[in-house]
Amino acid sequence: MTLLRPRGRRIPLNAAATVTVVVCLFPVYWMISTAFKPSRDIRSADPQLVPHTWTLDHFRRAVTADGFELFWRNSVLVTLGAVLLSLLVALGAAFAVARMRWKGRRHFMLMVFIAQMAPWESLIIPIYIISRDTDMLDRLPTLTLVYFMITLPFTIVVLRGFIGTIPPELEEAAQVDGCTRTEAFRRVALPLLMPGLMATSLFGFITAWNEFAYANFLIIKEQDNRTLPVWLSSFQNTFGTDWGATMAASTLFALPALVIFLLLQRHVTAGFAAGAVKG
Amino acid sequence: MPVISERTAPRTPRHRPAPGPPAGPPERRRPRPSHSLWPYALIAPAIAGMLYLLLYPLLRAVLISLQDFRLRQLISGDAEFVGLRNYRTLLSDPRFWEVTGRTFVFMTVNVVLIMVISTLVALMTERLTKAGRTVVLGALVLAWAMPVVAATTVFQWLFHSEFGIVNQSLTSLGFDSFERYPWFADGTAAFVILVVLIVWQSVPFAAITLYSALTTVPTELYESARLDGASGARIFRSVTFPMLRPIFLLVCSLEVIWTFKAFVQIWVMTRGGPGDATTILPVYAVQTALSSQRYDLGSAASMLTVVLMSGVLVLYFRQMLRQEDESR
Repeated sequence: MTLLRPRGRRIPLNAAATVTVVVCLFPVYWMISTAFKPSRDIRSADPQLVPHTWTLDHFRRAVTADGFELFWRNSVLVTLGAVLLSLLVALGAAFAVARMRWKGRRHFMLMVFIAQMAPWESLIIPIYIISRDTDMLDRLPTLTLVYFMITLPFTIVVLRGFIGTIPPELEEAAQVDGCTRTEAFRRVALPLLMPGLMATSLFGFITAWNEFAYANFLIIKEQDNRTLPVWLSSFQNTFGTDWGATMAASTLFALPALVIFLLLQRHVTAGFAAGAVKG
Repeated sequence: MPVISERTAPRTPRHRPAPGPPAGPPERRRPRPSHSLWPYALIAPAIAGMLYLLLYPLLRAVLISLQDFRLRQLISGDAEFVGLRNYRTLLSDPRFWEVTGRTFVFMTVNVVLIMVISTLVALMTERLTKAGRTVVLGALVLAWAMPVVAATTVFQWLFHSEFGIVNQSLTSLGFDSFERYPWFADGTAAFVILVVLIVWQSVPFAAITLYSALTTVPTELYESARLDGASGARIFRSVTFPMLRPIFLLVCSLEVIWTFKAFVQIWVMTRGGPGDATTILPVYAVQTALSSQRYDLGSAASMLTVVLMSGVLVLYFRQMLRQEDESR
């Protein structure tokens, strides 16, 4: 396709590509570079694209801020818990849907699709009340369960797509060689499923790491159980107009997501293609 | 995600262009129906999760919206049923209608911008050289990976009245009226910033998905269309778009759902202000429920949001299906 295109068309095309890249990256770049600039450069009339002098002061202030380690730990615990739980539950369900024939299979998938469109933002009030009635308010396991449920439908759908691409013959052969069904799955199918597991766990990670609304409204009295997004949103109030520290805190919060996403980029696109196109 | 492919092509995976990773095994290879309990045991945890964490809360929300449920009832727990009174209260409140109208404006502006821009970006990405494509996709992925709260905070900083780079650039370009322009004090300006933020966050996902769909369109189709003398726009309309339609429809409906539910960006950035200028339905529901402690009205507003959103999607699907019939 590109070969058929006349050369003259390349210039506007490359200009458009440059604009896209700059627009995508500038906010991310501006966050990181502000975090490294000394305060007087942040509050200057002519902003510098590249910091003249670099400083780690803002990061130091963000890290030593009240409870930073605690909130970081909370976020990691909740995120990992939700991702692992949803992978485990979804793997079973996806295997049942992709590999077994049973009554109600199509109904189950339909339910999963509907659950995927669930209006999560509309359920804050009842979940708040249910958590309060069961003494689960202000506790991290509540958040873990909610995030598990938010990521579960997507995980089932994508894993089902991936399991569908692994020929059952491979497992059958292993079974003939004397493996049990579970063993055959673990030794043969599971390694082939790794890209799918990575793509879905990444999605789960981003969702849970990011989630703000539930974390903000279900953790009220126990301030020690807050998560990073809530902490970040309250940061400006605590630090007033300290934009250096705010940007350092944002960088520290965004970094894991950016790094993991970039590392797993290929699996993500493959996972989305498998989930979206194959069905 | 795959709602559409499931509906339009049940059991006929071989008739669809086989894109992306290796195509699935043909349907006939599936094992015969078994009467074992294994499948039910395997889906049981997923079912339990959906019942307890999705269906039950949803039913509770409906229940609360039919009750007189305020702070007192929250503590004592003996709420009284009042029928549709909460819905009547909402529907006769002009503020609710203002918010609803604003929600639709917000949704439409965002979705149109997202779909147009991401289609253009996807088409552009396909035409780039391999190196250029890698850079563009990498940039899109990074913007996509930026956590919502972090991105919102960064946009507050970009549009800061005194030290924000946007005001400083605009001023240095000669637009002196932007000297210390307080973006968040003016309703329209705050609304615009939220649209920019949401479009910036949403385009990467839509563009990458549309781009991966584009790569599955067979090149021969373009070549024969070009040999027939079709123009670029004509090729897009007659070849590219029809092939993309299922994915386009899917992305578009996801964006409708996501922008209809946009809450975090607004809550973190403006809390719905100044005044009511950026209050859309989800923000209104949370404000009503948690700040004014009218849990009943908040739940009713949430339920109305769900109904309206489903309505938009149904209308939209019908429209798309009708267009499809006509074009045949």
